[in-house]
Amino acid sequence: MCLQKASQMRSATLHRFLQKSEPGINFIYKLSIFYGEVFLIHEFDALVIGAGGAGLFAALEAGKNAKTAVFSKVHAIRSHTGAAQGGIGAALGNVEEDKPEWHAFDTVKGGDYLVDQAAAMILAEEAVQAVYDLENRGLPFNRTPEGLIDQRRFGGHTRNFGESAVRRACYAADRTGHMILQTLYQQCTKHDVTFYDEFQVVDVLMDGTTCGGIVAVELATGDIHVFTAKATLFATGGFGRMFKITSNAYANTGDGPAVLARRGVPLEDMEFFQFHPTGIQGMGILISEAVRGEGGILRNKTGERFMERYAPTLLDLAPRDMVSRAVISEIKQGNGIRGDKKIDDYVHLDATGIGRETLNNKLPEISSFCRTYLGIDPVDDKIPVQPTAHYAMGGIPTDVNGRVRRDGHGNFYNGLYAAGECACVSVHGANRLGTNSLVDLVVFGRRAGIHLADFIKHADRNNGKSDAAEEAKNKIAGLFKNKKQPSPRGVDLTDKMQRIMMEDIGVYRNGPDMERAVDALRELRKAYANVRVGDTNKAFNTDLLEILELENLLDLALITAESAKNRKESRGAHSREDYPDRNDAQWLKHTLACLENDSVHLSYMDVDTSLWEPKARKY
Amino acid sequence: MRIILKIKRYNPESGRKPYEQVYETSANPTDRLLNVLMDIKQKTDLSLSFRKSCAHGVCGSDAMRINGKERLACKTLVQDVAETDGAIITIEPLRHFPVLRDLIVQQSSFFDKYRSVKPFLINEEPPQEKERIQSSEQRSMFDDPTSCILCQACFSACPVFDENVRFIGPAIIAQAFRFNEDSRDRGFDARRKALDTPDGIWACENHFECTRNCPRGIKVTKWINQTKKRISEHKENN
Ligand SMILES: Cc1cc2nc3c(=O)[nH]c(=O)nc-3n(C[C@H](O)[C@H](O)[C@H](O)COP(=O)(O)OP(=O)(O)OC[C@H]3O[C@@H](n4cnc5c(N)ncnc54)[C@H](O)[C@@H]3O)c2cc1C
Ligand code: SF4
Ligand code: FES
Repeated sequence: MCLQKASQMRSATLHRFLQKSEPGINFIYKLSIFYGEVFLIHEFDALVIGAGGAGLFAALEAGKNAKTAVFSKVHAIRSHTGAAQGGIGAALGNVEEDKPEWHAFDTVKGGDYLVDQAAAMILAEEAVQAVYDLENRGLPFNRTPEGLIDQRRFGGHTRNFGESAVRRACYAADRTGHMILQTLYQQCTKHDVTFYDEFQVVDVLMDGTTCGGIVAVELATGDIHVFTAKATLFATGGFGRMFKITSNAYANTGDGPAVLARRGVPLEDMEFFQFHPTGIQGMGILISEAVRGEGGILRNKTGERFMERYAPTLLDLAPRDMVSRAVISEIKQGNGIRGDKKIDDYVHLDATGIGRETLNNKLPEISSFCRTYLGIDPVDDKIPVQPTAHYAMGGIPTDVNGRVRRDGHGNFYNGLYAAGECACVSVHGANRLGTNSLVDLVVFGRRAGIHLADFIKHADRNNGKSDAAEEAKNKIAGLFKNKKQPSPRGVDLTDKMQRIMMEDIGVYRNGPDMERAVDALRELRKAYANVRVGDTNKAFNTDLLEILELENLLDLALITAESAKNRKESRGAHSREDYPDRNDAQWLKHTLACLENDSVHLSYMDVDTSLWEPKARKY
Repeated sequence: MRIILKIKRYNPESGRKPYEQVYETSANPTDRLLNVLMDIKQKTDLSLSFRKSCAHGVCGSDAMRINGKERLACKTLVQDVAETDGAIITIEPLRHFPVLRDLIVQQSSFFDKYRSVKPFLINEEPPQEKERIQSSEQRSMFDDPTSCILCQACFSACPVFDENVRFIGPAIIAQAFRFNEDSRDRGFDARRKALDTPDGIWACENHFECTRNCPRGIKVTKWINQTKKRISEHKENN
């Protein structure tokens, strides 16, 4: 309807052009031409980037009052929330006494006191209603004999402030995440939520401290689209693909945090990346903690239950950072199954005591993974496992309403929100407890959606006086031309980055290794500048999208390594051989890392310890 | 081991008809076929296109035809489809959907059909307790189809689509069954309209190919037949 000549349209006039659009029509489909290239411009009230648990929950809330669009670079139903296995924690008290306060305390202690405590309280309290809400919307939880939602044990979840393990994880067999994703997607179907599936967001329209929308590439056509809105929420999930061995999907490349970081948004606590102790050896595929919750035991090459030496009370159900360190310590001492002390040695997860019936009813997926990928049956054989990069505690800094922080002094961006694994509230601190991510998605996804919908009522449309679309176009065009001979292959850079991160920014860290990692990552980012696409088509150019993802991973890897290098203590998942102790006097604070071209600028922010005094963490 | 992949290619921008391309490569017998495809893409031919995400059989991205059978590439090991050194593995996109590029097929028609059966819990009564009470037995009635990952493999496997592209399709009926049999649901009548039609459940001819090829091992045909039975009974009683 509004086609203009290329020469007349410049990005500076884009916002004016948009303001001329008819009032009262929320969705306006327009074409404009820049330099002969077509941009497709769409207008919404709210944009949700990411269709995992966090994004879908936010969209359901925001969609009640605002014209909302959801973006997903893979089809929504393929989001990685679907891979979550073991459970979602909530103090329902269905099988034994439990209280949200205990849950909050476990979360704080599990996070090695880097958790913002009032936020943890919100998490634990609102978890209860969130789980009922999911059930009411159709989620098929496993049931108790009374027909209530059944609950099981998970690492670090205890009764009465650490006395003994408690049954808090609500579950649907070992496909809890699959059922959450399906249930929320079903609800979106019911409520006619608008989806842009297979649209990869590549930039944000930032005008000072206000976010006016996004730029996305449509996979099917290669077209660049501009979406403007009063508010944008990022829920792009994790970025385990920084590491060689990971439980994360190919899609988990941290696009949201990276895109924002390049536009000046600080990232919080990026040095805290969780290694889950039980990934299938060599592949990283997750074997849920639920296996240990149901009675599985970790054993070294002599068959010893080595966790007895590391966590005498909670044993195999100690928090993940501790168990992962224990596994690596055993391997380093030559107690791994091969006993060669090499980093890729492994230990055994012994599920043979659980019994066929429980394995079939409560852990069918795990059993199937073992059969498919290892050719073994966990009823009879022990499972070879090693730590796998699993979860990003850090990410886009937000308050408890999902608003994105500009700094550590209580200043926020306008119209910019984040929720889910890509965000850092912070409720996971230095180490997330199992089942607490799914809670985080539904509790804070919902809160962000509600706040965003309310914000929109009073907000003006800011059509992003931003050159982002043009820059994205130029960047992409640049990847197609001036091929340098020989230009580096994306796969080689990816592989190098993943090895550096695995070896130097892994379970155990130390100063010289991290120093080396930072230098090497800088070199890789330089080399990246010469990477070019090998596929020169427009439609379904997955090569192009992977190259854009690699840039994101490299940026986040550098931020992670710099944040880690500077934290001179050991806390939660950040464990340094040269600074083995936690140091509350100097380091009980959140990191905020700003990417400035080639360097990372670090500052720090207070932790909310208003409820519980930090104590040594023993289990 | 050495393997030869014969991959069906199509690029709408080239103006060329679909064709077969042969790649020779080496792989470990226990490698996932998805990794083999990734390796070919990244090291030999960056233009090879396919979908992927979870890499362990739970997201439904990479259903394709491998040696003529519908499978998830990430859930197929080389040794599952190649017995000897030099074995040939053929890889094609799913049937019964327009091919958009190489192994990537259209998803939208599948999800249109999905939406038509109202695949969500329908129950306007407020829950009696905090949660709606459901026994383990009641839950077990519909447990099997809840593991569907909407990978579209059963549509490709089902011969009914050879003749009738309007068939609502196996996974969709299984989804409807999942809610119809949920003791908490009241939506049977609402869903019946989409199911009780010539292109709905009655188009199914019991070939069992969906059940045989579902990568999640879902007893799809069984649930289709139970849906037929329930709808027939409903009609007799009314
Ligand atoms: C194997 C496994 C098991 C787990 N088990 C548990 C468990 O039992 N309990 C628990 O609490 N937690 C568990 N977790 C953690 C939890 O599942 C994740 O942290 C959580 O699901 C993340 O959800 P999300 O909504 O933030 O993101 P995701 O579900 O990862 O979704 C991200 C979304 O963003 C989209 N996206 C990303 N980038 C872009 C872009 N550039 N443009 C457009 N869209 C984009 C993706 O397409 C996707 O839709 C597990 C994790 C894994 C990997
Ligand atoms: S029923 Fe099976 S084959 Fe069909 S879509 Fe679902 S998981 Fe895929
Ligand atoms: S990549 Fe997810 S099912 Fe294969």
